[in-house]
Amino acid sequence: MNNVATTSGVRRPTDWQSDAMQKRIAKRYAAERRFKALGLTAIVLSAGFLAFLLLVMMGNGLRGFTQTELPLEIDFPAMTGGASASQYEGPDADAKLRALGLQDIVNTSIELQYGDEGTELFSGGAWRAVSNAILDDPALLEQTATLSLPVESELDVAYKGDGNPEAERKVEELSDQLGTGFNWNFLGNSDATDPMQVGIWGALKGSLITMFVTLALAFPIGVLAALYLEEYAPKNRYTDMIEVSINNLAAVPSIIFGLLGLAVFLNLFGLPRSAALVGGLTLALMTMPVIVISGRNAVKAVPPSIREAALGVGASPIQVVFHHVLPLALPGILTGTIIGMARALGETAPLLMIGMRAFIATPPDGVTDPATVLPVQIFLWSDEVNRGFVEKTSAAIIVLLIFLLTMNAVAIYLRNRFETRW
Amino acid sequence: MTGSILFLLIVILGALAWFFGKAKAASFASSADSRSLVHSRPNYHGWYVALWAIVPATVFLIVWNLVTPGLVTETALSSPAAQQLPQDAFTRGSILSEARAIAQGQQDQAFNPLSETMVEPYRAAISWYQTLGMVAALLLVFACGVFSWLRLKPELRARTKIERVTMITLLLASLIATITTVGIFVSLIFESVRFFSMVSPLDFLFGTEWNPKAVAGPRGETGFGAIPLFWGTVFIGAIIAMIVAIPLGLMSAIYLTQYAPANFRQWMKPILEILAGVPTVVYGYFAALTVAPALRDFAVSIGISGASSESALAAGVVMGIMIIPFVSSMADDSIAAVPSAMRDGSLAMGATKSETIKKVLIPAALPGVVGGVLLAVSRAIGETMIVVMAAGLAANMTANPFSSVTTVTTQIVKLLTGDQEFDSPKTLAAFALGLVLFIVTLLLNLIALRVVKKYREAYE
Repeated sequence: MNNVATTSGVRRPTDWQSDAMQKRIAKRYAAERRFKALGLTAIVLSAGFLAFLLLVMMGNGLRGFTQTELPLEIDFPAMTGGASASQYEGPDADAKLRALGLQDIVNTSIELQYGDEGTELFSGGAWRAVSNAILDDPALLEQTATLSLPVESELDVAYKGDGNPEAERKVEELSDQLGTGFNWNFLGNSDATDPMQVGIWGALKGSLITMFVTLALAFPIGVLAALYLEEYAPKNRYTDMIEVSINNLAAVPSIIFGLLGLAVFLNLFGLPRSAALVGGLTLALMTMPVIVISGRNAVKAVPPSIREAALGVGASPIQVVFHHVLPLALPGILTGTIIGMARALGETAPLLMIGMRAFIATPPDGVTDPATVLPVQIFLWSDEVNRGFVEKTSAAIIVLLIFLLTMNAVAIYLRNRFETRW
Repeated sequence: MTGSILFLLIVILGALAWFFGKAKAASFASSADSRSLVHSRPNYHGWYVALWAIVPATVFLIVWNLVTPGLVTETALSSPAAQQLPQDAFTRGSILSEARAIAQGQQDQAFNPLSETMVEPYRAAISWYQTLGMVAALLLVFACGVFSWLRLKPELRARTKIERVTMITLLLASLIATITTVGIFVSLIFESVRFFSMVSPLDFLFGTEWNPKAVAGPRGETGFGAIPLFWGTVFIGAIIAMIVAIPLGLMSAIYLTQYAPANFRQWMKPILEILAGVPTVVYGYFAALTVAPALRDFAVSIGISGASSESALAAGVVMGIMIIPFVSSMADDSIAAVPSAMRDGSLAMGATKSETIKKVLIPAALPGVVGGVLLAVSRAIGETMIVVMAAGLAANMTANPFSSVTTVTTQIVKLLTGDQEFDSPKTLAAFALGLVLFIVTLLLNLIALRVVKKYREAYE
């Protein structure tokens, strides 16, 4: 120690007031402050990334829920030759409207109002919006109505402030007529080639069906396996093997499960490609280890005194577990299950492997229908070159994130509300 | 007869059987002369009958469904309409499968007129076998149900039997995980062996040219050298991502456990965990849409040549962000496992907090942190969507983070999402890549778990 003065071999006490020592202490404290600031920076950076990501998605995505509209006046009595509203009610009104030539009526009206080039301003699905409006209120057919119809995609993008020069010019010409409305199509439709008509309902329904299959398989099997391993399994090589394989499965990359699904479910069993059934099976294999591990922790947390009390009053080992341990462990198991399901809901890669990336324009009706799921839909839209898909992709991401955050919030609530500390 | 109706039928029949069994058991449980003999509660007798009624019939139906397609085809082929079928096995097969699809209502119209003639025989055969199966299953339900119902008596140890069935079910459920592991391994090995019979394993593992399009023919294939993919995977997942994740994750953990006030920690921890809960496809989109163009512009502005909009850096950085909470929670655990006596001793000697952390806590927690980093690496190299969407497909061997590299998982996705037949070396190559990925992640996990476990034992 250079600052400890040693004269003639006698060690004097450290002079804390000396300049050298003060300087040293100041240096050490500065290092302490720097280190602390570094830690805070790391946290702020990490949280900042999250905030930035969410802001970017919000900024792009919220526009995806709106659509740009142009007003169109349609003189229905003149166009239809006096069709009466009462004819177009009931279940097959949709087909009757089609037979009436609604598409031509809309196109003619557009040309009357906006000139020969007018139809290029509107989305190809504009007449569908008219059709829906009439189905809601058939009385429209007997009057001259002004409807707000979705414009064509490039115009839509330009009006939202991100378009090409030509579309920008058109927007300027029409600026006093253009308006914004809520894009109901986005919530009700399925995939389409025109970004003005795409929707997430098909993918959402596919996700729900897939999740149902996953839950129906992974939850019972996972819970039963957790109970066996924690309560009954003898300690021997076989149960060790089961334990090791469960722990490893939880860490296997998800794409490997996709390869398994492709090789076994599609090629060996011959199940239909891109069906929700196969997706659910694959995701169930992936989710099950998560449920087993969290289930075992929840079962382990039930104190032995409860088992001993039940055994003491004459319950059999099975009755002990199913009547006492399982109900007490259930909140913990459910928390783990929800977290596992949330992970499965956001999973994309294994589903690409089993062919759930097809273009699916109708929502699936059963587990064997071709389906797609939300994350895969996001992936497919992100590949589209059309600028209109950018905001749709982000909007779909917002929907997916809302689902995931809700599931996680429910899991946290369950944990806080029902988990007993013994 | 659809699956759901069948399922409903089974449930109803089982409930009926349960009810009858329980009623009989309840009658002798309440009668005075047999009450003392009763072993199990009526409920268990009910389950006993229900299981007898349902399980054999269900097993029979499953076996029946596996066997009948062959029988149906045979019956249909023996019909007179089958005489005009061509002898060529391939066209014959396609006609038969088309006719079958129409007969089952999966398809409306035939492409081949010959198929139309086969529809009727198929339909007849299918309905015949279906009726036969249903009748046999129903008979089985009643026979087994009545048999077990007749066996009910006060002394019957119904509960013991039910519990034995329950135990077997539990054991089977826990075996599924093992079966899955074995299934993964066997299917990967099986397809890989087929691949390696076409491409030499040495060329695959040590070749430096990856270009599956340049496949020459059944022998002498080129372009399956996977070294560029391995490099790309390591570059993105183990180098760039870790350069981002380790400092940020470690420092976050240190700050949260050692410095942060309790309420800050209480809020910040879940927020960091959200980072781990965001789906990877969202990260991938974020990387491709926002991060990659920004990095490319930056690279161009400082004059780096070969900057690509699908840079390794974009994918790696975003992957690192995704891994932060993972590293942070592993570091958190291992720092918390260091005995407080060590920390207190250091503080008592006059060391500042940061000196204690740097000189005592981190060295003591190092094995745990290293184990956590290994787990994080194994997760990063298996990550798919971020690299598929942001890292590109060019198999370059470069250390320039602004250029494009490709990874194992990207290539698996690319190879398997085309429309090629299943036996081509291109498709099988994906399984070989999967096998390598599986083995590497498995080894990383085993090593990491062993390191963490050993270190925990040292302090316990």
